[in-house]
Amino acid sequence: MKSKKVLALVCAVAMTFGLTACGNKTTTETKTAQTETTETETADLTGTISMAGSTSMEKLANAAAESFMEKYSGVTVTAEFTGSSAGVEAVLAGGVDIGNSSRALKDDEKGAGVVENIVAIDGIAVVVDPANTVADLTKEQLISIYKGGVKNWSEIGGEDAPIVVVGREAGSGTRGAFEELLEIEDACVYASELDSTGAVIAKVAATPGAIGYVSLDAINDSVTAVKLEGVEATAENIKAGNYFLCRPFVMATRGEISEQSETVQAWFEYLASDEGKEVIAAVGLIVVD
Amino acid sequence: MHSSEVIILNNQHTFSIVGNSKNKSAVEKMAQGIFTLCAFIAILAVISITVYMIINGIPALLEVGLKELLFGTVWKPTAENPSYGILYVILTSIVGTVMAVVLGVPIGILTAVFLAETAPKRLAALVKPAVELLAGIPSVIYGLLGLMILNPLMYKLELFLFKDSETHQFTGGANLLSAVIVLAVMILPTVINISEAAIRAVPNSLRNASFALGASEIQTILKVVLPTAKSGIITAIVLGVGRAIGEAMAITLVSGSSVNAPYPFNSVRFLTTAIVSEMGYAAGMHRQVLFTIGLVLFVFIMVINISLTSILKKGDKDNG
Repeated sequence: MKSKKVLALVCAVAMTFGLTACGNKTTTETKTAQTETTETETADLTGTISMAGSTSMEKLANAAAESFMEKYSGVTVTAEFTGSSAGVEAVLAGGVDIGNSSRALKDDEKGAGVVENIVAIDGIAVVVDPANTVADLTKEQLISIYKGGVKNWSEIGGEDAPIVVVGREAGSGTRGAFEELLEIEDACVYASELDSTGAVIAKVAATPGAIGYVSLDAINDSVTAVKLEGVEATAENIKAGNYFLCRPFVMATRGEISEQSETVQAWFEYLASDEGKEVIAAVGLIVVD
Repeated sequence: MHSSEVIILNNQHTFSIVGNSKNKSAVEKMAQGIFTLCAFIAILAVISITVYMIINGIPALLEVGLKELLFGTVWKPTAENPSYGILYVILTSIVGTVMAVVLGVPIGILTAVFLAETAPKRLAALVKPAVELLAGIPSVIYGLLGLMILNPLMYKLELFLFKDSETHQFTGGANLLSAVIVLAVMILPTVINISEAAIRAVPNSLRNASFALGASEIQTILKVVLPTAKSGIITAIVLGVGRAIGEAMAITLVSGSSVNAPYPFNSVRFLTTAIVSEMGYAAGMHRQVLFTIGLVLFVFIMVINISLTSILKKGDKDNG
C-alpha cells in the first residue's frame, strides 16, 4: 500500500517535470493542455457510484471498481450482487446509478427508460480432447449431450467412444452462463463437476471422449475448441454475433449516459479507455468496440 | 547441591525454587497458571470450533428442514427452486470410508505383523522407512497420482465393464472406486504404525508360552499375539477411519465430484469435497448449507472420536 503511494508520488513528480519540459516546446502544446485538463478532472472528481445486479459480473465489477477508485481517489464505487433482474429494477427505481445485467435487456425494460450499455461480452468455448474427430456441434446436439440424451460420440458422427460430460460446480459463473444460454438450467447430468477452469481443461485433455466448457480466454493447445453451428469460437465471431454461446455484460443506466452524473460518465469513459479495456480483458472477457 | 551453588553465584538477589517457601509457592503457582493457560488454549479452540460450527450450521438445517436435508437425494443448490438433499453425499462418505477400511486395514495389520514378528531384519529396515515416508506425503500428491495414473486405468476398466450398457454414465475413471483406493493407501501408514506398536507391546512371555505348548509361529501370531494387541489394533482402525472420512484434497481430484448414489463406478461427492468444491462461489442459503455439511462431518468425526475413547476405556478394563 505504502509503496504504491510512493510510486504514485514519484510518477506525479516525474509527470510534472515532464509536462514542464513539454510545455517549452510549441509543437506539443495542445497535447499537453489536454493532459492537464484530464489531470485536474482526476483530482476534482468526487462522489459515489452505486451498482447492483448480476452475480456473474462480480469479478468484472470489482476489478473495474478497484482500478477506477485507484485513478479517481475521490470517488467511491459500491457494488451489490443481487441478480440481473434485480439490478435492472433497482436502476429503474432510482436506487442505484448502474444496474448490472448479464443478459440483454428485455423490451419492456428498455421501454421503461433503461438504456443498455454493453461493456463487455462473456464468451464460452466448448472443448473436447485433441484426439476427438467431432469438430462441429449444433445447439441441439450440445443440449442433448449435457442432458444425457446422447451418450456416445458415434451418435453424432464421431468415433465409437462414450461421452464423458465435464462441467463446473454449482454456483460457478461459467456454469450459470452455459446452462442459461442453452436453457438447461439444473438439467445437466455431469460425470465430473470440477471447481476451476484449469481443472476442466486438464480433465478434458487427459480423458478420451471428454467434453467440457470454459471461458473463451482459457483455451490452450491441450484441448480442441469445437465449432458451434459451424462457427469457430473466436472473439471476432462473437463480436459479429455469429457465435451463440456468449452473453453481453450490460451496465444499464436510466436514460443515456450523457444524462448521468459526472462521476457515472467518468466511469463509462474509463471502461471505454485503454486502461478500462485492459481490466475487462484481464477478467477474461471480450472487449466491445 | 546444585541449588546451593546457584545461590552463591547470585548472592544478593537470590532466586531459587528451593530458596524459601514463599518463593517456592509463588513459582509453583505461576507454573501451575501457565500450564492451565496452555491447556485452556486447546480447550478454547475446541469449544470455539464447536460453537462456530453449530451457530453456522443450524440455521440452514432449520430453514431447509432436517428431513429434507439429511434424507433428500436431489442436490440442486442454485436452481430456481433449490433442493438441498445431501443423503447421497453422506452415504458416499460412509460407503467410501468403509470400503477404504475394508481394503486398507487387512493390508495394514498384516504389514504390521510382518514388521513386528516375521520380517528379516534387513527387509524390515527397508519397509519401515517406506511406511514412514508414506505417512509424510502430502495428500494432494496422492490425489495427483490418482488423477494421472489411477483414473486412466480405471477408465479402461470402466470401458470394458460397461461396454454394452445403455444407461451407464461414463466418468472417465473419476469414480468412487478410485477414491476408495486412494483413501486405502492413505490410511495404511496410520494403521501400520499403530498396530505395529501394539504388537510389539505384547509381552514375549506370552509368545514363549505359546511356543512351549507346541504352537507354530503362525498359530502364535493369530491366536495369541493379535488377540492380545486387540485394543491397540482397534485404535489403529478407528484412527484410520477418522483419517479417511476427513480427507478432502486427495479425493476431490479423483472422485469426479458429481452428486450420485455411491456405486463403485459412479462419479461421487464426499462430505469433505462437497464443501471444498462449492465454497468458492456459493452465496446465501447455498453457503449456509455448506456449513451444515461441515456440521454433519463434524458430528461424524466427534462420534468416531467418542467411540474410540470408549473402546479404549473398555479395553483397559478388560486388560485390568
